[in-house]
Amino acid sequence: MSTATVNPGSASTWDRVRSFTPPPRYYPILATLALFIGLFGLGGMRYEGFSDPQVLLSLLIDNAFLIVLGVGMTFVILTGGIDLSVGSVVALSTMIAAKTLQMGWSPYASITAVLLTGTVLGLLMGLLIHYFDIQPFIATLAGLFLARGLTYLISVESISISDDTFTQLAFKTVYIGEYYIRWTAIIALATVAIAAFVLARTRFGRTVYAIGGSESSAMLMGLRVAFTKVGVYVISGFCAALAGLLFSLYILSGNSLHAIGMELDAIAAVVIGGTLLTGGRGYVVGSLLGVMVLGIIKTLISFDGTLSSYWIRIITGLLLLAFVVVQRFATRRRS
Amino acid sequence: MTQMTTPPEVVAPPEGERSPVIEMRDISITFGAVRALDRVSLRLFPGEVHALMGENGAGKSTLIKALTGVYTIDAGEVIVEGEPHEFHSPAASQEAGISTVYQEVNLVPNLTVAENMMLGREPRRFGAISVRDMNRRARRTLLHLGVDIDPRSTLDEHPIAIQQLVAIARAVDVEAKVLILDEPTSSLDADEVEKLFTVMRRLRDEGVAIVFVSHFLDQIYEIADRMTILRNGKLVEERMVAQTTQLELVRSMIGRELETLDRLDCEAPKTDAETGVPVLKAIGLGRKNSLEATDLELFEGEVVGIAGLLGSGRTELARLLFGADTADTGELTFRSERRKLRSPRHAIDRKVAFSSEDRKAEGVVGDLTVADNMLLALQASRGWLRPIPQAMRTQLVDDYIAALDIRPADPHALMRNLSGGNQQKVLLARWLITQPEILILDEPTRGIDIGAKAQIQAKVAELAAQGLSVVFISAELEEVLRLSDRLVVMRDRRKIDERVNADVSVRDVLEIIAGEAHPEPQAEPQSEGATHV
Amino acid sequence: MSESSSRAARLLRHPLLWPVLALVVLLLVNVVVNPNFLNVRMQDGHLYGNVIDIMRNSAPVMLVALGMTLVIATRGIDLSVGAIAAIAAAVACTRIIGAGDEAALTTAVMAMTYAVVVCVALGAWNGFLVSVLGIQPIIATLILMVAGRGISMAITDGQITTVNNPFFSDLASGFVLTLPLAFLIAIAVLAFTAVLTRRTALGMLIESVGINPEASRLAGVRSRTIIWTVYAFSGFCAGLAGLVIAANTNSVNANSLGLWIELDAILAVVIGGTSLAGGRFSLMGTFIGALFIATLARTIPNIGIPSDLNYLFKAVVVIAVCLVQSPKARASLRVRRTGPPTSGPAPTPAPAPAPAKAGISS
Repeated sequence: MSTATVNPGSASTWDRVRSFTPPPRYYPILATLALFIGLFGLGGMRYEGFSDPQVLLSLLIDNAFLIVLGVGMTFVILTGGIDLSVGSVVALSTMIAAKTLQMGWSPYASITAVLLTGTVLGLLMGLLIHYFDIQPFIATLAGLFLARGLTYLISVESISISDDTFTQLAFKTVYIGEYYIRWTAIIALATVAIAAFVLARTRFGRTVYAIGGSESSAMLMGLRVAFTKVGVYVISGFCAALAGLLFSLYILSGNSLHAIGMELDAIAAVVIGGTLLTGGRGYVVGSLLGVMVLGIIKTLISFDGTLSSYWIRIITGLLLLAFVVVQRFATRRRS
Repeated sequence: MTQMTTPPEVVAPPEGERSPVIEMRDISITFGAVRALDRVSLRLFPGEVHALMGENGAGKSTLIKALTGVYTIDAGEVIVEGEPHEFHSPAASQEAGISTVYQEVNLVPNLTVAENMMLGREPRRFGAISVRDMNRRARRTLLHLGVDIDPRSTLDEHPIAIQQLVAIARAVDVEAKVLILDEPTSSLDADEVEKLFTVMRRLRDEGVAIVFVSHFLDQIYEIADRMTILRNGKLVEERMVAQTTQLELVRSMIGRELETLDRLDCEAPKTDAETGVPVLKAIGLGRKNSLEATDLELFEGEVVGIAGLLGSGRTELARLLFGADTADTGELTFRSERRKLRSPRHAIDRKVAFSSEDRKAEGVVGDLTVADNMLLALQASRGWLRPIPQAMRTQLVDDYIAALDIRPADPHALMRNLSGGNQQKVLLARWLITQPEILILDEPTRGIDIGAKAQIQAKVAELAAQGLSVVFISAELEEVLRLSDRLVVMRDRRKIDERVNADVSVRDVLEIIAGEAHPEPQAEPQSEGATHV
Repeated sequence: MSESSSRAARLLRHPLLWPVLALVVLLLVNVVVNPNFLNVRMQDGHLYGNVIDIMRNSAPVMLVALGMTLVIATRGIDLSVGAIAAIAAAVACTRIIGAGDEAALTTAVMAMTYAVVVCVALGAWNGFLVSVLGIQPIIATLILMVAGRGISMAITDGQITTVNNPFFSDLASGFVLTLPLAFLIAIAVLAFTAVLTRRTALGMLIESVGINPEASRLAGVRSRTIIWTVYAFSGFCAGLAGLVIAANTNSVNANSLGLWIELDAILAVVIGGTSLAGGRFSLMGTFIGALFIATLARTIPNIGIPSDLNYLFKAVVVIAVCLVQSPKARASLRVRRTGPPTSGPAPTPAPAPAPAKAGISS
């Protein structure tokens, strides 16, 4: 047989370490990691204070919401779908949080309301997609309009958040030696960890990959395709709501103009993180790295000072192009 | 078709009077107006390899999908170990111990071998999938089948044959009572087939009932114990393989439709056109896992008929001649110009026309009108900037509607609303409008009513008389024999015989296909298994 | 069957029936709330009124949607049109500012020509990714959707650029023959598209590629050229739309110009009855779809709802239209009615057809 391997156990541990080459499925994520390290090194060489570990921690803090958004988007894209509604759901979440707090709700009730809304929206979109065969992008486009419209329905004006619990939560920091990290970042990392576990070690997670690989095969294998397909949109909706909460902690206001185009950032982060847009391949940790790459480009540009912020979008687009084209050729060769 | 068909003969169960593990009784399935299965029965006994035989449209896939719960049965019953069952989903069928491996590997390419075997039933510890247990169990199952690969490797790193074996490993890992293998060998080479057979024999000896679908007769005679033959959605007969000659088998599968013969009063003038430069000459034309190197010559005004069973390479050859698939080996010469065909465009520019056997997927543009469908190929040649003038459009379309008797005779009717026979006529018109020199027709009369069939046959004969060169492919031997000046017989992806069609009878062709005739010198020697009686 | 009833039946099956009906209902709602809604008055030789405003406001979406119609007909989608519109506006505005005589007619014409050429090139780039590299349309055009606004900002150097050229602003606010110029441009492009697709064979070949790509390939259709053409055309349309939008405010804001116009355009196409699955397209349908969206935008303030809630209604429209077009939703509706529709004189004496069995493929 073509790929017969040595019997595991016959080689010594050292042999295995020495001859270790990562399986091809990890190449994209390693490329992203190398890109991140490269950019970090570049910054460290060019700008004073860039190589400070706190820069890395700040990256996590500043992009906590995007990380969570990327987690939900990863689930959806892994099944071969897409979710355009997440930016609007973030805006809606900030607005629900701000409005309910303004109305005097307890912060916990407010948080519950936000998470519930996002989840239900995700559920509705998932049902439309699976049971009526509506293309994911058009169903989530409806979600985009719906969530944005609901945001305006609640308030056209910006509402600031002054609730004590929220502000405390927003600035709550944990010190690691002389460096600090905010709770929001820890929540984001926890989300990544849970998602990674679900994707790697549960039947639901493996079914997500199976659907992305071949939905008809998954069906013929007797897997729970309907449940899983709807499930990923529920997860994406929940993650968008959670991201919205983190965003409202970050920005301490609810505004219907928040997070316009954020779905594009999330999609870009997922793709740059090595997830195949056609589904089936990718890791949630890659999406975390994708967010970090986008974040560090932002930081580099702000350290530089002479470059304008629009370069972020152009560079993001170029990275997207590079990843999409390379993936295209990689998958074409395989088939 | 009338309801008064003679009851199919059923042979006695194999030795020992064992009871079948599965019995399907009088199964009928209807799709819209089409009766895909008409009171078909199938019995499967433990520890046997049961071949399911039939040509295109015989109902093999439908029967399998009925058994695996993909289609719902309209009438009849499925009895599993004496108990009636109804399967409404693949999952339900799997639970009853029926596992299926389809022709296209129905696994997910992006996951590991072990995962593909275990998806949906992964071993878990504390709620989490235990990758180590999974890999260990997968490896054990694979080794049991004699497959030594790393279960941690990704499925798409392996060749199709290994993927096929992984699919079987998945199927047997559930301790299946019935294993259905739907054309598992269609893309495998000889060594890989042998590997698969080893696994099949092992499973059979363990008491699994295996349903085996293959178009390769040698393979059937090598591995199968019993067979059920279907034709046009009906059961022909159930037989023991060892007691059936290949000739009997082929005849059962192909059958004959005498009505067609009676209706075709236009006898094709048989020409001895093998003089001068051939319009088309193929030397060593081949494609990996699809067609072995094949030679073919086509002269002006000649009809070359290609006879052979499904999977014999007849369609594959046609596609290579048209550039629908690209050839790996060989060369094509059009009159005196040597040309490699990289797309259908190249062939069309050389005045070749091709009507695919898969009318619906590769011919009909359903939402366009009859007129647009007719003019599509001509328009494509002209490019979009040079539309066909309105007067010419009307003229061409009206002419061909009349000439081919297309109904309804409305150029603005939507193509999808036409019957199969009329769609086929429109497709024929599509190509005739381009005024081709070579016309390749792959099963142009399949699944259409007798009237339209006779009309198409007459048209082909008439065109050839006018100087058009035709390659005519059909599963119906009478039709091929009737129309062709020269006959090419194919089997197992290669040309096994070629002869001038003078007094060749259906029986002769059946014998050639069955490997019982002495081929003419130009054909390659026969393989061992073919002389099995 | 009498003559009149068969005519009525044909009318009922007309593909434009539902879009037109929806538009009429929307207008009726307006008239009920405000009886003067449809009034049009003449002033300074121009027509004024809600209807005229709707015409003018519909122009950008209509332009984009015309290009989108052809793209969708080939089974594609173009998400980058908003970004391309922003680039067109940025190019034109910087050109006008950079010209010697900012207010001259030639300046405006040159700048606009230049912008449109750039947009055609960008559209061709999308077409290249889709037809040559074989990247899925939604992914291929996503790239420019992400990068485009950055490019637009790079052209304007991140500033909101204001221009002062009367000819340029006429594009949005000018009148010709008493009607808004913007609307007339859209009509002109509609007419041009109709001629381009229906007088040549482009339309038929587009539909053929969209309905059955494999059959088209075997018939010798050069689908690569076709796909390339429609994306370039979509770029052209998006560019024009960007110019109209910029002319409306005499400025370009790269961040917000044409934001979500791709979504409105897709909506207009879908309302017009062109299926997202590709195939047959209706330019008139798209025209009505764009008018519907503009009318909806006008209706909401007219009936006393804050105009920002527009989105909410659009969401409802998207879902409604998709459900109407979804074969699954239709099938589940049809089961409840009696029997399937008979399809003309098809010679199929189906003996009591069983309920539609999904996914028949042998």
